[in-house]
Amino acid sequence: MTSETRDSINDIWGERTPHGAGQAWPARVDERVSETPERWVRGACVLCSNGCGLDIGVKDGRIVGVRGLASDMTNKGRLGPKGLHGWEANNSGDRLVRPLVRRDGQLREASWDEAMSLIVRKSQELVEEHTSGAVGFYTSGQLFLEEYYTLAVIGKAGLGTPHMDGNTRLCTATAAAALKESFGSDGQPGSYEDLDVTDCVMHVGHNVASQQTVLWTRILDRLAGPNPPKIIVIDPRRTFTAEQATVHLAPKVGTNVAVLNGLLHLIIQAGKTDPAFLQAHTVGYENLNRVVEKYTPEYVEELSGVPAADLRAAGEILANTKTLVSTVLQGVYQSMQATAAAVQVNNIHLIRGLIGKPGSGILQMNGQPTAQNTRETGADGDLPGFRNWGNPEHIGQLAKLWNVPFNKIPHWSPPTHAMQIWRYCEQGSIKMLWISATNPAVSLPDLGRIRRILQKEDLFVIVQDAFLTETARYADVVLPAAIWGEKTGTFTNVSRTVHISCKAVEPPGEARSDLDIFLDYARRMDFRDQDGQPLVKWHDPESAFEAWKECTRGRPCDYTGLTYEKLLAGSGIPWPVNEGHPDGTVRLYTDFVFPTHADDAETYGQDFDTGASVTPEEYKANDPQGRALIKATDYREPHEVPDEDYPLWLTTGRQVYHFHTRTKTGRSSALNAAAPDAFVQLSPEDAARYGIKEGDWVLVESRRGLVIERARLGNTEPGLVFIPWHYGSWDDPSRPRAANELTLTEWDPVSKQPHFKYAAVRISRYAADALPTPGLLGRAVEVARHLVSGEKERTSFASESGVPQPKTTQRVDG
Amino acid sequence: MHVGNYLGLVHGSEQHLVDALKKVAEHHGDEPDIEETCRLLASWSEKHLEHLGLLVQKYGESKNLEPANMEKALFHGPQKGSLALLRDLHDLWLLANEVQLCWTVLEQAAQALRDDELERVCQECGRETKRQIAFFLTRIKQAAPQALVVA
Ligand code: SF4
Repeated sequence: MTSETRDSINDIWGERTPHGAGQAWPARVDERVSETPERWVRGACVLCSNGCGLDIGVKDGRIVGVRGLASDMTNKGRLGPKGLHGWEANNSGDRLVRPLVRRDGQLREASWDEAMSLIVRKSQELVEEHTSGAVGFYTSGQLFLEEYYTLAVIGKAGLGTPHMDGNTRLCTATAAAALKESFGSDGQPGSYEDLDVTDCVMHVGHNVASQQTVLWTRILDRLAGPNPPKIIVIDPRRTFTAEQATVHLAPKVGTNVAVLNGLLHLIIQAGKTDPAFLQAHTVGYENLNRVVEKYTPEYVEELSGVPAADLRAAGEILANTKTLVSTVLQGVYQSMQATAAAVQVNNIHLIRGLIGKPGSGILQMNGQPTAQNTRETGADGDLPGFRNWGNPEHIGQLAKLWNVPFNKIPHWSPPTHAMQIWRYCEQGSIKMLWISATNPAVSLPDLGRIRRILQKEDLFVIVQDAFLTETARYADVVLPAAIWGEKTGTFTNVSRTVHISCKAVEPPGEARSDLDIFLDYARRMDFRDQDGQPLVKWHDPESAFEAWKECTRGRPCDYTGLTYEKLLAGSGIPWPVNEGHPDGTVRLYTDFVFPTHADDAETYGQDFDTGASVTPEEYKANDPQGRALIKATDYREPHEVPDEDYPLWLTTGRQVYHFHTRTKTGRSSALNAAAPDAFVQLSPEDAARYGIKEGDWVLVESRRGLVIERARLGNTEPGLVFIPWHYGSWDDPSRPRAANELTLTEWDPVSKQPHFKYAAVRISRYAADALPTPGLLGRAVEVARHLVSGEKERTSFASESGVPQPKTTQRVDG
Repeated sequence: MHVGNYLGLVHGSEQHLVDALKKVAEHHGDEPDIEETCRLLASWSEKHLEHLGLLVQKYGESKNLEPANMEKALFHGPQKGSLALLRDLHDLWLLANEVQLCWTVLEQAAQALRDDELERVCQECGRETKRQIAFFLTRIKQAAPQALVVA
């Protein structure tokens, strides 16, 4: 007897609760339960970076539903389709319940003691023989803060390896880099509250309607109320978000910098900069002015395909709006000149002085829910507490806090980024890779390469997860992990709001929380501080949180005023929370003082084209001393562009019903039914050219691999094809279908975030009467056979034969 | 008047740097950042060579052999692997510093000659050469520990 406040699959955003500028966003409580809960346990949703507050319903030791938290500042009770359905994955029958160890080539059940002893023995051997540089960690955007911090301390002060990063490199690294480059430190200047009052919202490469459905309802509610804001959307596809735009700019993939430079040009031409603000609170404007001078609407049209008149219309709005909220996501972060483009969005705010005031904020979004915490704690390679690896003072603070020698903490160069970690694995210098709660065998670019690396004889792979993912199948040791709802911890959303999410039920079988696994490792490795005391002095989530608080004291992400008790009492609280701000901080930089002073800055900056580090001496010579940095850049063409052999652009993205590699959302029946398979979205023009009809199988090939997908026609420009990413093989091994079979091994020079948003591909109708047999060889043989045998009549795969059709609108490709 | 001498020197060094950057990009295709960045940096040096064309018309040029002596293992040594990468970056750094010094010397001459155009070219090219050097150094610092200690 499922009871739900709405059918969120078909009614994604739910009913409108209109509100006008400055009025409070009304509450609307969404709920979905499969049985009446015996009790409710405080939680927060981890299925996107919005982080909605909720309660978890429990009956007979099982999760039976969720209910939005009306008092929570993030969602005021609302939940989207993923939040309302995703919890079903916890109860799924194929959870990992015992550790697995590879013996004679097979993964076989083992005890925790066997599995952990093996890992510890291997670690010790490798460190002894090759130093800790032979050990790497690849983590997630889905653990809790306490787990990341523990991992960071183990990695940086226990082993002392510079090789720590994770999946957040693929989702959020550019957000962090852009904030650091402009404002001196990570941390979102604005907040979600700014949406409630703003006159204008600009979404750049961010399909918020699909990715953060509840945040989008907040905007829809403004649009339905009096004085709705204007909406500018920059996205090559006509998405759900673009449909609501006042102006939709659809640039060719890879041309964001050209378009943003054009907008900056128009604002300057209109004479609408804020000279007093620029003078008092920024450096670098003159150079920006010089660089963007040539980006006239006509020139931008030439580069990006955006009609000059449309650019003018957007420029006009931006030049005149009194307030502005900008959001940025993967369309920028995973594309050419990622950091440079994200910084140009910051620059629009800086030249107009629209920052640090109600209604004016920048949200450099995160792809994953707890990504912000990897950045705060340093589990992604950064230093904990937004410290600067190039500043010896900052290293010294950590050495003191952890009571370890200064030199134990790797700081001789920037931390090894994810793509480089994989390269070291490929070359054989990293010999042990510990992967927690993520699935690189589906999420990384150029999957053929990643599979070859994971299979290497001389790479010992540990996978810690709740399911036997595509990646876990390659592991030497698999550790069964507890997930959301089965463990307690905190995490921070894009609005800097910290939530607590509590343990509601026991994990299945012998599964353990990631925190317990890391603590066990630290104990068995016997990591000690300089006084011979255990390095990791905490033993549960709350004590880990208390330790973390000390690490943040005096830093921009100051947690010292937070406690578990406080988080449980109300709802989420935005950091910094300290003596000066006991109730948290809605908006940063209200005094227009930025953490750019050489002593405070989290980075000294990098060259946007090469990634070369600015030296401390260079930075100090021009110390901005609290002023924001305006950094300009010229447009550069993507490295791989369509040509005769591969004449189309491929771009990739997420859908409303799925999250990450579908490990959880694919196991919720309704979410899975709504978006059961990948597809290739084509313009009708391209479809006609290649003789492809709706529902036909299409072979898509790039220089790196191939996939076979069904065709969906419409809502994309000619010359551009779209495939939703992260459909792996666990629920359909019959054919290659992961978009990442096709994508490039390439990354942004500054943030090191890979380029998933463009690749050159070719397509052809796949005239098969059966899908290829499983296995790479089988696929290759089949593909070759069908290519050789030419046109064979397709029989039974057309849309008429029961391909699930979108229910909400004409499509589910949002 | 020996400006032509240094124009010859910087010409030779820039040309050498272009060739070296293209070689390294080719040799280290498995390191995507190296390949792409070296190609980009080569395009900068190629642009410098175009600027030089005009200056040579004005001041003449005398051929210089020094840059050829700068090459180390770059064109002969091992081409793959982390140590090879480190050595190649090392040599690129040396080559680029040679270029950088030439631009500095020429800029001094430009000032004495009150040749604003020459001064502008020297500054512009010198700035980009500095960015090239900064990239090599950043990448060397990153690669060195793993290549020397772990690999
Ligand atoms: S918007 Fe994001 S955090 Fe909120 S319910 Fe949906 S998936 Fe969960």
